[in-house]
Amino acid sequence: MHELSIALSIVEMAQEEAERRGQAQVLAVHLRLGQLSGVVKEALLSSYSIACEATPLEGSQLVIEEIPVEIYCQKCGLPRRIRSIQLFCCPKCFTPATEIVRGKELEVVAMEIQS
Amino acid sequence: MITEPRLVEVRKNVLKQNDIVARALRECFREAGVLAVSLVSSPGSGKTAFLERTLTLLHPRYRVAALVGDLATENDAARLARSQAPVKQILTGTLCHLEAAMVQNALGGWDLNKLDFLFIENVGNLVCPSSYDLGEDLRFVLLSVTEGEDKPLKYPTIFNSADVAIVTKSDLAAAVEFDEAAALRNIQAVRPGMEVFRLSAKTGEGMAEFLDFLGRRRVRSRAATAYTK
Repeated sequence: MHELSIALSIVEMAQEEAERRGQAQVLAVHLRLGQLSGVVKEALLSSYSIACEATPLEGSQLVIEEIPVEIYCQKCGLPRRIRSIQLFCCPKCFTPATEIVRGKELEVVAMEIQS
Repeated sequence: MITEPRLVEVRKNVLKQNDIVARALRECFREAGVLAVSLVSSPGSGKTAFLERTLTLLHPRYRVAALVGDLATENDAARLARSQAPVKQILTGTLCHLEAAMVQNALGGWDLNKLDFLFIENVGNLVCPSSYDLGEDLRFVLLSVTEGEDKPLKYPTIFNSADVAIVTKSDLAAAVEFDEAAALRNIQAVRPGMEVFRLSAKTGEGMAEFLDFLGRRRVRSRAATAYTK
């Protein structure tokens, strides 16, 4: 369970960003979360509200966009979304895939603020 | 006056701090010509026994050292110290994984130029360590024959993030009716092309092939260091 330390980093990051923008109030933080990030959405959401307690972000929302895993298929020459993370191969031609194009994201992409 | 809420773009990697330290570590390892290898697995899969055997076998020929992550005890460091190699314990307290900064702090005082191999044993956990880059050249994921062949399917993220799989406790394979073909199939499903070693730290079976592999990888990383110097 490392979601709490990740949530604390998100809160810290958002607070710095809000301060840079003239002490803006943060209403929501938008996060992109890859299926291969090693972070569980539900655990992160509950950790986030704990991490926000007694900070200027208290009451703010964490909005998570889940990013499915996309591999690059050498044979098709195209990026493709895999059907399951238990099978890393092209869903069309079934060639095993080693190159991951998307799905490892753990990034804050935007914030809703009010000043 | 309160303005209307507005959306501002940020674009920041949450683990940026860890990634910066990991990159710096990787650069240090490369400059010093030391091959850094990390070990991840579930608790009880035989990481420490495997590492003790590896250190003992490498020690006469190579300069080796190890960092061991553990939640609360220093037992592992004491066991590994029997190999005569320098060993340091990283106590993580309640933290379920190692982070790059912990590795960096633990390395203080060690001259990397005097090492050929550095092993980093992560906390026994197949979930959390997958998110954290430690600056290692290679990540080994261990799977003991007693755990069941479907571990790779249950924890695809960590298996996919690793470079090499090591099937441990091979001496018990027959007793637990370990289905090796199924295990290999599952490993290849979540990480196509992954190199797999099957060995027993207890009997020494398979250790020679594994040590050859380490030796080859060291030559390769040394060549890369020499090339960039």
